[in-house]
Amino acid sequence: MDHSSAVRFKKMTIFPDARRSALATYAWLTVLATLGLIALGGLVTSHGAGMAVPDWPTTYGYNMFLFPISQWVGGIFYEHTHRLYASGIGLLTVALAVWIQIRARGEVPGLARLGWIAVLLVVVQGVLGGLRVSLMKDQIGVLHASLAQAFLVLLVLIAVFLSPGWKRFLQEGPTIPRSTARWVWLATGMIFLQLVLGAAMRHQHAGLAIPDFPLAYGKIWPPTDEAFLQGINSLRTDTRDFHPITAGQVHLHMTHRLFGILTTAVVILAGIHLRRSFGSRSFPGRLGTFWMVLILVQVGLGASTVWTNKAADVATLHVVVGAACLGVAAWSSALSRVAADRSRAIGAARSRPVHALNGNQETIISAA
Amino acid sequence: MNDLAASCVTLIVRWPVIGWSKNFIMKRSFKAVVGALLVVGMGSAQAADILGKVSLKGTPPAEKDLPLDPACGKLWPNQKPKTRFYAVGADNGLADVFVYLKQAPAQAPSTKPAMLDQKGCEYSPYILGLQAGQKLLIRNSDPVLHNVHATPKLNKEFNLAQMAGGKDIERSFDQSEVMVRFKCDVHPWMFAYVGVVSHPYFAVTDKDGNFKIEGVPAGKYSLVSFHRKTHVTDDKAAVQEIEVKDASVTANFTVEVAAP
Repeated sequence: MDHSSAVRFKKMTIFPDARRSALATYAWLTVLATLGLIALGGLVTSHGAGMAVPDWPTTYGYNMFLFPISQWVGGIFYEHTHRLYASGIGLLTVALAVWIQIRARGEVPGLARLGWIAVLLVVVQGVLGGLRVSLMKDQIGVLHASLAQAFLVLLVLIAVFLSPGWKRFLQEGPTIPRSTARWVWLATGMIFLQLVLGAAMRHQHAGLAIPDFPLAYGKIWPPTDEAFLQGINSLRTDTRDFHPITAGQVHLHMTHRLFGILTTAVVILAGIHLRRSFGSRSFPGRLGTFWMVLILVQVGLGASTVWTNKAADVATLHVVVGAACLGVAAWSSALSRVAADRSRAIGAARSRPVHALNGNQETIISAA
Repeated sequence: MNDLAASCVTLIVRWPVIGWSKNFIMKRSFKAVVGALLVVGMGSAQAADILGKVSLKGTPPAEKDLPLDPACGKLWPNQKPKTRFYAVGADNGLADVFVYLKQAPAQAPSTKPAMLDQKGCEYSPYILGLQAGQKLLIRNSDPVLHNVHATPKLNKEFNLAQMAGGKDIERSFDQSEVMVRFKCDVHPWMFAYVGVVSHPYFAVTDKDGNFKIEGVPAGKYSLVSFHRKTHVTDDKAAVQEIEVKDASVTANFTVEVAAP
């Protein structure tokens, strides 16, 4: 069997029980729905509407589920739909935990616990959102945005662990060099940190601290002396009347850019390692390719966010693709971890690609 | 001086009637008495006005149309409103500049409330002066709801819903702060800025950049002219040292727009 024919996606047969497949599908749908919630959260901050509904858990004194649609205007629309949608995600998560508890407990060790941790996280996340409104603290907003990413990672991992191919991957999957796993984990950590940096920028409510790209105020590193900042602040006439730009915000923005470049480089290296170690046509290899494409799209969206003066839809897409990058990173991390651990356990050669060891295993990889 | 002292005493006596707490009365009374004593210390019972004009030098950036939503757009059938960063009038007079004395002694807050209205999905006025402790009424004259969100750094932040036709919101700020930003998050183009000082000696320039601070007790002061967009923060504001005697004092300022 040649390499290409060996690496085909096959139907997952490890968990033939239809209910288990349905559970995995449901988990992935919950992941997608959560990505939608992150998008709505991004729209809230992009439109500066986080405080448009001043009360919580009520909405302008109404039970939030009974707030008249006619009043969903301006910034209220974004904030209120975010709250309603988040309630839906809470229900989906509870249902997921219950379903796992009933049907999949014991199939994958610790999975039921992960399901309940997800419930706990979604509750904490809801409370944080409420506290951000009632305590009026931007710092809570940053925490809220960061926890959203962590919640997404957890859901991705649950969905991966529920996927029919996972158990077989655990039992019969390939081995990879530990260095591959290290690159993937490093890239995952860097993406998360970059998302936190981005959240910190968004919650400054200062608009774009640097309005040009790839240069910054026409320079490689912009000046941040008082006279310069006063000059640029006095000439900003955005209708949203952002807070004055500070030196700290300029440095934060530059850090986000530079760390973004570093993160992109590390993700590409991690993607190359995935392709080499698992095989370019294996599922993890393809995931690595997708990851690289996604991170390049993310770079483009970052640049576009600047070029469009932080247009709400572009800035929000930047948030969503960032979250998707993290989701793929978590998925790749799980696969790499298992394969690297097996490698260590059986003392396999670190640098030999998996398809050189056993071509049949690649069909198993694709099932994960 | 006697008039001032008498006013202080009158205010102290009247405060309980209008419902102020005993603690607050004591604090304010103390400040009022200290203020009166400081005026005495200045060695004069005279008072005069401070007059002047703030002019803009340079070409400001163009103002932008406000991105009104349909409900607010209906309130402006003819002319669409614009941002109000640089309101330049006759002879380059600059409106909406907050002018105040920096070292004037603290005084009892005025009993007359100040008004901040929401009309045509804009705050009006855009720039407002207020004494610490003075009552601020916030009104919604629009047929749409707003949220009144004050984001001070020194005073207490608040964010309150105000439905169309809802009753006025009453608030005050305890500490001096230039400026307290007001916004409406439902309509993200709505802003107002309130300069809060501990005495009544402040003014906001009119459409032609003129201002007048009335009845300033004789003494030496720092007169501050703060334009929110040009000076950005109050520590960058323009300051003139002036001395008030028995005649009006004139103090003019020129604010320069930064080069693009």
